[in-house]
Order: sequence, then C-alpha cells, then structure tokens
Amino acid sequence: MVHKVLAARSGLAEVHPGQIVVTDVDLIVLADSVFNPEPERLPTDIKKVAHPERIAVLMDHAVPAPNIKYATAHKRAREHAKRLGFGRMAEVGKGGIEHQLIFEECLALPGQLVASNDSHTSAAGVLNCAARGLGMADIIQLACTGKTWYKVSPTIKFRLEGSLPFGVYGKDVFLHIAQLYGSQEGHDIEFEGPGLESMPLDDRATLSTMCTELNANFVMMPADRLVREHIASVTDAPYIPVEADEDAEYAAIYVVNLDDISSGIAMPNAMNRNVRSASSIGEERIAIDQAFIGSCANGKLSDLRVAADIVRGKRVAEGVRFIVTPGSQQIYLDAIRLGYIETLAAAGALVTSSTCGACAGGHMGVLAAGEVCITSSTRNFKGRMGSPDAEIYMGSSAAVAASALAGYIADPMPALLALRDTARESA
Amino acid sequence: MSTLTGKAWVIPNDYINTDAMMPHRGYDMAPREQESLVLATIRPGWAMLVQPGDILITGRAFGTGSSRPAPTMLTRLGIAAVVSESVGEIFFRNCVSYALPVLELPGVLSIVTEGDTVSVDIELGTFDNRTTGVSARGEAMPSMLLDTIAAGGTHAVLRRDGYL
Repeated sequence: MVHKVLAARSGLAEVHPGQIVVTDVDLIVLADSVFNPEPERLPTDIKKVAHPERIAVLMDHAVPAPNIKYATAHKRAREHAKRLGFGRMAEVGKGGIEHQLIFEECLALPGQLVASNDSHTSAAGVLNCAARGLGMADIIQLACTGKTWYKVSPTIKFRLEGSLPFGVYGKDVFLHIAQLYGSQEGHDIEFEGPGLESMPLDDRATLSTMCTELNANFVMMPADRLVREHIASVTDAPYIPVEADEDAEYAAIYVVNLDDISSGIAMPNAMNRNVRSASSIGEERIAIDQAFIGSCANGKLSDLRVAADIVRGKRVAEGVRFIVTPGSQQIYLDAIRLGYIETLAAAGALVTSSTCGACAGGHMGVLAAGEVCITSSTRNFKGRMGSPDAEIYMGSSAAVAASALAGYIADPMPALLALRDTARESA
Repeated sequence: MSTLTGKAWVIPNDYINTDAMMPHRGYDMAPREQESLVLATIRPGWAMLVQPGDILITGRAFGTGSSRPAPTMLTRLGIAAVVSESVGEIFFRNCVSYALPVLELPGVLSIVTEGDTVSVDIELGTFDNRTTGVSARGEAMPSMLLDTIAAGGTHAVLRRDGYL
C-alpha cells in the first residue's frame, strides 16, 4: 500500500525498496516545537511556502506554554500561520495532540501521504494514510518547498486473526508484537485481517501509533467499514483508499492471533523483547509513585472511559499521583459530558489540559530520581519522563488505572471482570 | 566530499535512542551542561572526552525513537562522522539535514577497536581502519543527500534559496 502512495505522489509508475523518491505531501504538520528560535529548529522566520493549504500547525508539545521559550514558539507559530495562510491552526484550548487531531478531524484521508516533525506520525496509518515522522529540518524544508524525499523500504505484513479478547486493548496488541517480533527497523508495516477489523478504531490508532516503537517507517491499515463510517461522520470530502495488491511483495508476513493476547506490561527502559504478562508482574507488587494515562497513543475517550470505570467510587492509593491527560479538547469535552472527568477527579486523579506533557518529560508530571511510574503513553526509555534514575513501566490504560488504585503495578483483569459482573447484574 | 580521518570511539549498544543523546531535561540547561548529557546514561562522562574530528562507531539502529535534532548534539561535541551497523531512519535523515556525515556499515563493530584511527568517505561509502589496515565498503550516499551535507545542511540550503 505504501509503495502505491509513494509512486502516486512522486509521479512514478512504481517504486522499489532502496530507491530514493522525491514527493509531494498531502498534509504537512508542524508542531509547536518547530517554532523554537534555536539554530537547529527555526532560527529565522519562514518567508514563503509552496502550498499553505496543506500545512497545519498543531500546538501540542508544551501546551499551555510552560516557559518563555515555548510561549515565544507559540507566538511565532501563530504569526506564521496567519501571515502565510496555513490550512489549519490548532490554538491552545481548541486543538490537542496532533495525531489525535488528524484522526478526529480527518485532516488527512485514505490514500494520502502525511508528514510531521513528530516521530509518532505513523498514527495516521489507521486512516489508511501513508504516514511517518520526519526530522525538524525536513519538515521546515517540506513546508517551504512542498517536496521531501523518502528512501523506499521493504514491507512487513502483520495479519491479525481472531478477535480482541475482553480486557485486552490496542496497547496489549502492540506489547505482544513487541515481545514476539521485536524491532522492525528499516521496514514499513501493513496490517490486515479479521482481527484488525474486530478492533475498535481507538485501539487500532494506538497500535498504529506504537509501531513507531517497533522502529517502523510507514505504517498503514486498510480503510474498512469502520474507518469509512468515521470519516463520513466528519467530512464528505472525496478520497480514494489504497489497497494492497494480491501479488504485493513482503519482506515477511507474520500471523498474530488476537485470541492469544493478554494484558501485558513493558519493563523499564525498552519495549521490544522486554514485555511480561500483567498477571505475573502483579504478583510482585512493584510499588509506584506515579500513574499516567495520556499521549497520542492513549489519551483517547476510550482510555478515559476505562480509567473512570475502574476508579469509580474508589480512591487513588496513598502515596500515588494519578495524572490523566486527554488527547484533545474534544475528548476533554466529551469526557466532561459523560462524567468521566468528575469520576476521575473524585477518585483523586489529576486531569490536565491536552498536551504531550508527561510523556515527553517536559512538564505536567516529570519524575524525580528513584521514582517508579506506570504509563500508557508512548515510551518507557530511560530518562524519558524526567530523571534517568526513575523507572517507567508501560501498560494499557486499564492497567495504569488498576495500578493507581492498588499502589503497585497491577493486573487490570480482576477489576475489569468485577465491572463486567456488576454490569450484568444491573442488566 | 573528502575523506574524514579521526580517532574512533566505539559505543556498541544496539537501539540507542535520541532521548539518550538529547534528553528533554537538558533543553533548558546551559550549552556545555546539555552537551555533558549526550549518551551519559549509556557511558557516563564520555561526552566531555570527545575531541574535534573524532569518529563515533555504534551498533544497530542507532538513533531510534524521537525525531528531535539529536545529530546536532554530536556535532557540538566535535564528532566528525558516525559509522553504525545501521541507523534509525529519522536519525539518518537528521544526519543529512544537520550535515553530520553518516555511513551504515554492517559488520563495522567487528573491525574497529576504540582508539583506532579510522577513515570514512560517505561519497564512496568506504571505510578504512588505518590502525589495522582492514577496509570495508557500505553504500555510497546518493548525490542529492551529499549535496545537502556539502551545503552545510538543510537550513543552509533553505537560506540560500530564499525560504528562510
């Protein structure tokens, strides 16, 4: 699928792994971090751009501005968007994390090519876009000239069979793949199969986003009925989905049965080949200082819903801070209307504004030396969320919420089963 | 581009990520302090030992993770070139954009010992260990990317062309 998009956007009949192609890009996203006036970012203003309508400034890395540097970057972002006439400018309080916004507002559509300076741009693969992150200088060049280059990669296909079991989420599917298959560096990833079709869009979006942590380049999923229905609920703009050819060549095809997956936890410092089952880790009662739900991967309405369901009527454990960061202002609003935020706050969780926040260790939940965190965000690298002497475990948002109540890293399944039993009784 | 010759540092770990080169906690520090954090979680104290012109030899998928402009931290230390078993894709692009010569050379860890004098030519894709006399060849860098490096990086190209 990726090769078809690259061929179309570079005006070639076909492309081959190893080839360098120069392409147009349909959606060019600049995060607020681009506009910091440092030499390696944007030291002087952009004078002209090739296709302003294709450019979106989505402010998310540090929102609202935690310091003068970011306040200045935000000011410059606004000035650029206005002067150069960018297609979309997500103002503080009217946007959210870029990858969530691309999905939510369908800023890109099936078959299109998407680029951003943020590495988790593979998120848009859920919309059948060919999407991947570029570098800071790359995205400035692309905004200016309308062109960028890609080295065409070989593709790995994951065929998902079965269906998502109860209490298992997109994050667990990623952790399962990270444990069994490890890094896929140098490759694009495509997903297909009835298992994928069984997954809600939020879970697919988590999986697509997290493929960046498999070190994949482009990530693409097919535009099935759920995807088309989501797009139809947002826009009536036309699009042409791209499908994999029957005889498409793959470097490898892996078959994953979703029925085999259970709740997983990545141990600190790495995700690939570093995952254990939540049930076994839960027995060790590893005490935590912080629990975090958020980021482009897991700040979705479904993440806030499961967290609210788990903590309803209970209290976050003594000595634990539970931070929840919605992925967008729309999710924040929906969660208010649905009562999730009231439930979370009543349990002692801190619900923040929408931003990358604690995931990147910039603000809104930085870790001190010696602290332990469980997160459903994107990375558990050493030092990622603050001190390099903190430990970061990673699991689904359900695992994070269950851990926040327990005070230690916990298997979410007992809490989820209890919820299901209560729901059945009341029905 | 000419051949670069320098003293080799070998940091053989696979999957070194860009958070380890340019951690967020250093963003608001003084330049020298920020530079001292480069790979400090992997090899404490190393950053301050680098001399201008040194060449860094690393393992597989060097520079995975975040798209942050981490090659600039290596050039600030004085690293003249990076030769890796393989390089993360965004990091590779960033090396081009920030004019840090880079060569992917599977097997490089088996032919270099730290402290060897090595030469690298990214235009030809060649690598010579001058201490041992062993040579190897990777892929020559495409001319389009070489041109960016030769011009001093993407920002310099954009300034030259009137965009910045």
